[in-house]
Amino acid sequence: MAVNKQSAAESQAMTGNEALAEAMRQINPDVVAAYPITPATEIVQIFSSFHADGLVDTELVLVESEHSAMSAVIGASAAGARAMTATSSQGLALMHEMLYIASGSRYPIVMPVVNRALSAPLNIHCDHSDTMGSRDAGWVQIYSENAQEGYDNVIQAIRIAEHNEVQVPVMVMIDGFIISHGMENVFTLDDQTVRSFIGPFKPRFPLLDVDNPVSVGPVDFTDFYFEHKRQHHEAMVKVKPVILEIAEEYAKISGRKYGLFEEYMLDDAEVAVVVISSAAGTTRYVVDKLRRAGVKAGMLKLRVFRPFPAEELAEALQHVKAIAVMDRADSLSAQGGPLFAELRSALFDLPKRPLTTNYIYGLGGRDVPVADIESVFNDLLTTVSTGVAGPKVRFLGVRE
Amino acid sequence: MSAEIKQQSMPIKAGAGWKEIPWGGVIPQGGTARAFNVGGWRSEKPVWNREKCINCMMCWLYCPDMAIMVEDGKVAGVDYDHCKGCGICSSVCPPRVKAFEMVPEHE
Repeated sequence: MAVNKQSAAESQAMTGNEALAEAMRQINPDVVAAYPITPATEIVQIFSSFHADGLVDTELVLVESEHSAMSAVIGASAAGARAMTATSSQGLALMHEMLYIASGSRYPIVMPVVNRALSAPLNIHCDHSDTMGSRDAGWVQIYSENAQEGYDNVIQAIRIAEHNEVQVPVMVMIDGFIISHGMENVFTLDDQTVRSFIGPFKPRFPLLDVDNPVSVGPVDFTDFYFEHKRQHHEAMVKVKPVILEIAEEYAKISGRKYGLFEEYMLDDAEVAVVVISSAAGTTRYVVDKLRRAGVKAGMLKLRVFRPFPAEELAEALQHVKAIAVMDRADSLSAQGGPLFAELRSALFDLPKRPLTTNYIYGLGGRDVPVADIESVFNDLLTTVSTGVAGPKVRFLGVRE
Repeated sequence: MSAEIKQQSMPIKAGAGWKEIPWGGVIPQGGTARAFNVGGWRSEKPVWNREKCINCMMCWLYCPDMAIMVEDGKVAGVDYDHCKGCGICSSVCPPRVKAFEMVPEHE
């Protein structure tokens, strides 16, 4: 995110959930399905207040589960509505079946997701195991470091999902409690700016268009299913330039510019940490501290995980000597987390590969203090001096 | 031509490639079940007897595949392209009429 030129006086103090609900109010979707789950409950709860106060034209559907919430927005989207819902953790897991119906049917649904650990054992705090579990569901995944990015990403997500060449649902993530319930200054756009940026919804094949009847959700056996999956693959290839094009346009109205990822002090970095979402704030602080001490430290914060920007990441990281890949989820493959697996694969084609190590961190909301990130950079410096990456998978902040 | 307009005007042809069909499995027409021949699914077929039939239309009402053909308000036979051979027509035909007989498909 580029430095904001607006003065602090124009900002409002908001929690992450408030910022996402505010974005939804400005988007004014045709249909919103609401079902509560900690820590995402407030998003639809605040939105329901907007609805009760007559501030939105939305049809608010109060459903009995997240499976139903996703089903309701799928039905609404098929009917020709701009439809949204929000969820977290177990709710996202319960939606799992319907996530594929939404993406496979190419419904441009946008859903904020507040990252929270999955049971068992029961835990309501932040990690990324919920959305990493949905990484192959055919949705675009955009992760946000803070409330500001969450707000900006939800508005851009509408344009990305509905783009002519895309037509794929998008989930926008913020970290549970750390961001969803943390208060910060957020710059919002005025309603008219948001509405003219997103424009009216143009559904491809609305079921409510009775003059042009269509059939949706047909059986799709050996003769066509494969072709439809090939189309979906192509859409995910096309998402990357679309995200950048829309980010460019969004920068013009907001002064805040986004990419597929953010590079911080990376140009001349010898050691770097690759991280997703809120822990990037702590990492940036540590990078600044190390730079003052003359260490060539850098950070890469991934914004778009699906589609995975493999070529771009490889290019941005090729000169770094040692990289720590931070995973706030353990995919329990006994080979490290999901970001590690994909990033290592992305680096494989480089003529000279950086040394990489995986850190599983922050599971179940375990705090990530400055000292922990400093220890990661110390490990990287040891790697550079010895030329050996050490254990492939390490655990940061777990008790032995 | 924009992708959106192209999508909406796409007919679906058997054997079409992935660039030639609408996204997401949508079929941009209505009533397309008519083009899908399910007659090959039958193991038994209903054979209708015009002489016995009293045109009560119970078979027409109950047939789940709309495979009872009707002309001028009277039963005219079975559409074997869409009859799956479930036998409902035969079971709802009044016992004293028995205008349908279920016979093995390959006899």
